[in-house]
Amino acid sequence: MNNSVANIARLMGAGLRALLVLTLLTGVIYPLAVTGVAQALFHHTANGSQVRADGGVAGSSLIGQQDYSLDYFQPRPAKGLGVNSVNTRYRLILSGATNRSADNPELIAWVKQAKAEVVKENSTAGYQVEPSQVPADAVTSSGSGLDPDISPAYAGLQIHRVAERNHLPVARVEKLVEDHTQGRTFGFMGEPRVNVLELNIALRELAQGDG
Amino acid sequence: MGPVLAGVLQLLALIVALALAYTPLGTYMARVYSSDRHWRVERWIYKGIGADPDTEMRWPAYLRGVLAFSAAGVLFLYLLQRLQGVLPLSLGFRSIDPDQAFDTAASFVTNTNWQSYYGEQAMGHVVQTAGLAVQNFVSAAVGIAVAVALVRGFARSRTGELGNFWADMVRGVVRVLLPGAFLAAIVLVACGVIQNFSGIHEIGQFMGGAQQWNGGAVASQEAIKELGTNGGGYFNANSAHPFENPTPFTNLFEIFLLLVIPFALTRTFGIMVGSVRQGYALLATMATIWVGFVALMMWTEFAHHGPALQIAGGAMEGKEVRFGVGSSSIFAVSTTLTSTGAVDSFHSSFTGLGGGITMLGIMLGEIAPGGTGSGLYGMLIMAIVAVFIAGLMVGRTPEYLGKKIGTREIKLAACYILVTPALVLVFTALAMALPTPAHSMTNGGAHGFSEILYAYTSGANNNGSAFAGLNADTQWFNTTIGLAMLLGRFLPMVFVLALAGSLAEQRPVPVTAGTLRTEKPLFTGLLVGAILIITGLTYFPALALGPLAEGLAS
Repeated sequence: MNNSVANIARLMGAGLRALLVLTLLTGVIYPLAVTGVAQALFHHTANGSQVRADGGVAGSSLIGQQDYSLDYFQPRPAKGLGVNSVNTRYRLILSGATNRSADNPELIAWVKQAKAEVVKENSTAGYQVEPSQVPADAVTSSGSGLDPDISPAYAGLQIHRVAERNHLPVARVEKLVEDHTQGRTFGFMGEPRVNVLELNIALRELAQGDG
Repeated sequence: MGPVLAGVLQLLALIVALALAYTPLGTYMARVYSSDRHWRVERWIYKGIGADPDTEMRWPAYLRGVLAFSAAGVLFLYLLQRLQGVLPLSLGFRSIDPDQAFDTAASFVTNTNWQSYYGEQAMGHVVQTAGLAVQNFVSAAVGIAVAVALVRGFARSRTGELGNFWADMVRGVVRVLLPGAFLAAIVLVACGVIQNFSGIHEIGQFMGGAQQWNGGAVASQEAIKELGTNGGGYFNANSAHPFENPTPFTNLFEIFLLLVIPFALTRTFGIMVGSVRQGYALLATMATIWVGFVALMMWTEFAHHGPALQIAGGAMEGKEVRFGVGSSSIFAVSTTLTSTGAVDSFHSSFTGLGGGITMLGIMLGEIAPGGTGSGLYGMLIMAIVAVFIAGLMVGRTPEYLGKKIGTREIKLAACYILVTPALVLVFTALAMALPTPAHSMTNGGAHGFSEILYAYTSGANNNGSAFAGLNADTQWFNTTIGLAMLLGRFLPMVFVLALAGSLAEQRPVPVTAGTLRTEKPLFTGLLVGAILIITGLTYFPALALGPLAEGLAS
């Protein structure tokens, strides 16, 4: 019995030593080496692809923001986004999805409501949005709640509203959206998209320039 | 080009990339595990461990190494979380509660990476980088080591010796995972994944005000999270978070990473047993199931049945615009047919049948192509079962790769395939029978049941993905899922290593005209059938109550 206890202790000792050595290798040296290379070669992306506007940082081109006024292009809904419930000295964004199933009554209500709002907000005196025009991404929350993009269809839907509110010709705003539409990577990867933050920065520049 | 065609082209591109990597990586890994030379850094590590890497181990010794190393891992990771509140470089985050710390430690050591915590608000730099990410490496290396031990059981004869656990595990880390993860991490950073230690800091916003960001060693963790089929996200949104997975290219790249080792191990296996064609037969089985599941998933997701999705006009709930439905479908299938469990879109909001496909993928035991190592040994167990069934049909003692599948072997294989269904079904039944666990559900009806069934399926099979509406941070779920993960990982390993020992002791049986040719397409067909029927029958009643009921109603 003593013998087997000693054996187990010896084996656990070896396990623990192995873990500590490998922690040094994969948990200290490896991440520091990656950080060193990343900061030296890819400083911009390694630190969050920050975008500047008006002389200050306006966010990250990768992280969607929520509180744009109606003068600007609107992002997707983000009903799954939260704020931190522990370590509350910080105010952290908790990424996440709604996780509602396709037959969940709450989700059905959210989608219906979002659709009605998109139709109402984007219909102007000379331009009526039909419910059938509203694309799926405009009325659903993304997986992260931080989706930086909208579909070109949803951006297209917002052109008349944005043009009217910023006193810009529709054609100018159409051109702006077109210039900010990214096709599929290499022609087949992912889906075409418009980055909302970059589009709105360009819109503000355009509106201010004309003002 | 329409989204369906783009989805198919992305699948084809992935297949081409995997095919290009197959031979060099598979051959390289065969050399890694057959070489008798040690690298200098490995010698230092062996010195640190105090182990002689050239000592051959019989199966009980090999198993003791696996268990001791993993037990040390659970203990260390548990303590690290419990002490977070006093650790430096932890952003001042408080310590993790005991039940959640146990659940998380069990989760990362078993290669599951189930998360009942929110990464961005709970885990500081030290726990993420020196705790969780370390287990991403070593749990994957342990899986490959056990698989290699089983392969040696087939390859060797009249010996009980299966190799040296410490050498196999250390080589997996040093020669396979570390170089691969390093390269992958740099690619990811170049594409936009963050890698810094700036902690929590404020960034300006477009409309004024500021947002608080977590900096962190995300790219280095993301790379091994996929390459080691782990799946635990730095952030709660996992690979849907733009800082983990910023572009359509990184999405495909991450899918490639999580599939490449499990597929290539079939070549490693073929080389080590002296017939690469035997490896191709397993590869063909894995690929058939994987491609079939992707096709089914794309079909149901593009069809977007289900009331909310019909009103929305597409299955975009829980999916990112940059990936779309096609690429998200490939990710969902690949992550559940391996033991990864990373997600780039949220399975709970998939169509009813789509959610069922993710669950069935995990239930198949994650063998197409499966986790790093665990996929290969799981598939070899199914091959033994398939050979046994074929033997029953013709009334001949079954044999596989020149080894007789006798009473002892088939008993061990049967125990292996019974462990996880027993864990899943018993724990699910218990959770449904008790009054409180159901309070954790977000959705009602069939989908609420699916949330709990998915949780135990994911835990016991060491996947880690979820129908994440379930609030799993309760004492009940942290404890029972923690247990399911530990039992679902290590009990099968006991049977695999015992089987390896028993095979290695046998003398090879000569191939005759009556031997079942296990390298032929006929055997691949038999194997696919055995996998689908055996698992399908085991889980069919549970699936009928959950995803099938939901999917067929819409």
